[in-house]
Amino acid sequence: MFHPSHFTAVLLFALFASVVFGITQRETPRRMIRYGIYCFVLFAGSAIALSWIMFLIAR
Amino acid sequence: MLPDPASGLVRYSQEGMATTQDKNTAAGSGFVYLPLIAGWLVPGAGHFLLRKWGRGALLSASIVGMFVLGIAMQGKLYGGAHDILDILGLAGDLGNGLLYFFSRILGLGADPVQVTTADYGTRFIVVSGLLNVIAAVDAHNLRTGRKS
Repeated sequence: MFHPSHFTAVLLFALFASVVFGITQRETPRRMIRYGIYCFVLFAGSAIALSWIMFLIAR
Repeated sequence: MLPDPASGLVRYSQEGMATTQDKNTAAGSGFVYLPLIAGWLVPGAGHFLLRKWGRGALLSASIVGMFVLGIAMQGKLYGGAHDILDILGLAGDLGNGLLYFFSRILGLGADPVQVTTADYGTRFIVVSGLLNVIAAVDAHNLRTGRKS
């Protein structure tokens, strides 16, 4: 069985979803890669930002 | 753009412009919904049918990888629809196509949730199904010539 940390789960989720979004939402390979990276950064970045916000609220 | 001296109208030439007929011819012939159905049943198969090997392999690896990780995290496969959330979960799971049906037959994803990561696993399985639907629709768009 696989028991990743919360952050590892976020990164895996972001990776797989970004690959699919990049391929399906853009037409040329170059734009696919750029959009995939953009989605990955948004997924991971928003998770980190929300985590800090919740941490500061909880204090 | 060609002005017609006799009538005074301006005529437009379609030479070199892609028409709908050209796009359909380029996308191939046969049953138009085959890539959509194949892509739903087997992740990436719709793109493979259209000879988009790289895209198909990446989509297949991502969707199958997400589903397998969800099962490995002891995620739950929705089997029935008792309330609205179960219906939505079941709809997402069904997006996985044959992966879902084979996993149900093998009895995977049926254990009660015992660890924290199992909830993540359940979400992974649902989202992999939804991503597979997006990929299958993309294959259909490629087939119809709506996307190149």
